[in-house]
Amino acid sequence: MIRRTVLLLLLGSGVAFAAPASNDPDSGAMKAGVLSPVMAAPEIKLQGSDGQALNLARYRGKVVLLAFGFSSCGEVCPITLATLAGARKKLGEAAANVKVVYVTVDPERDDAARMKKYLASFDATFVGGVGSRAEIDAAQKSYGISSTKQVYPDGNYTIGHSSSIYMIDRAGGLRAVMPYGHTVDDFVHDLKILLRQ
Amino acid sequence: MSPEKKATRRAWIATPLLAAVLLLGWAGFAPVSVPSRDELFEIPKGTYARRMAGDKVEILPSQIRLTLGLNDVLLLRNLDDVPQVFGPTIMMPGQSFRLPFEKASSYDFACTAHASGQMTVLVEPYPAMPWSKIRWRFFKWWENRTT
Repeated sequence: MIRRTVLLLLLGSGVAFAAPASNDPDSGAMKAGVLSPVMAAPEIKLQGSDGQALNLARYRGKVVLLAFGFSSCGEVCPITLATLAGARKKLGEAAANVKVVYVTVDPERDDAARMKKYLASFDATFVGGVGSRAEIDAAQKSYGISSTKQVYPDGNYTIGHSSSIYMIDRAGGLRAVMPYGHTVDDFVHDLKILLRQ
Repeated sequence: MSPEKKATRRAWIATPLLAAVLLLGWAGFAPVSVPSRDELFEIPKGTYARRMAGDKVEILPSQIRLTLGLNDVLLLRNLDDVPQVFGPTIMMPGQSFRLPFEKASSYDFACTAHASGQMTVLVEPYPAMPWSKIRWRFFKWWENRTT
C-alpha cells in the first residue's frame, strides 16, 4: 500500500525531466533570442574584404549572419567563425542563401587583405567589414556592440568585444540574436526557419 | 500521569509533526508549475532620463533566476524612449527580446538599464527530485515575499 502511494506520488510529481525545447525547425521556435516587432537591421557602410562596398542591402534575398570581431582574436572569434562555417557546411546547397559578414573591431590592424585571408581560413564565402575608426564605431554603435582594448606590457593588445551573432532575414529585418556559445546544430535549426520565409 | 493526559500530550506533539511531514511531502512530491515559461521584465519609460539625471535606482533585479522546463525564457520589453542594450542585443523603443535558455548555467550580460551596467541570469536545472522541489518552492516563496 505504502509502496503504491509513493509510486503514485512520484508519477504525479513530474519526476521525469521537463521536455526540452523543440529541436524541430517546423515548430518555428528559434534557439536564438527573438526581437519583436521585427525592425529593419541598421545599415552599415563599410569596405568589404572582397574589394566592394559593404552594406546589408547587397545581400537582400539572403539570410545574413552579422558578427563583430578581429583577426588577432585568440579566443572568441575562431570559435564563432568555425561554428558559422560548420553551419553553412551542414546546410548544404541551402547555404548559398546564407551570407556571413564579419566586421572588425580592430580597424588599426585589420585591413581588407588581412580580413580576407583570415576569414578564408574558415570559409571562403565569408566577407569581412573594414573601414576607418569612425566608420567602425558607427557600425558598432548601431548594433550596441561594445569593445575594450587591453594593452599588454609589451605594447601588444587584445580587444574584449560583444560576441553575439545577429540574424537578418531575407527582407533585411533584424530577426534574432544568437548569444555566443551556441552549437552548429542550433544555427542550422534557426537558419532553416529563416530560409523558409 | 493519567492515560488521558498522556494521550493529549502525544496529540500535541504528533499534530504539528504530522503537519510538517505533510507540508514537506507536498513540497517535495507535488508537481511544480508556473503560469508561463516567459519571465517578463520591463524597462520602464524614462529609465534613460532618470539615469542621466543621476538616479541610480535599480529598475531590474541584478540577478534573475530561471529554471529549465519551468520559466526558462527571459522576456525583456523596452518601454523607454531610447534604445537599450541588453547583453547580446540592442532593443529599440517598443521592442521586446525573447531569449530562451536550454542549459543550466550562470550568464553575465551587459545591460544599460542597470546602474552597474551588468546583469546576471542564473539558469537552474529542472527540480526533478523532492529536495530540489522543496528548494525551488522555498526560493519562489522568498521571491514573492520580497517583491
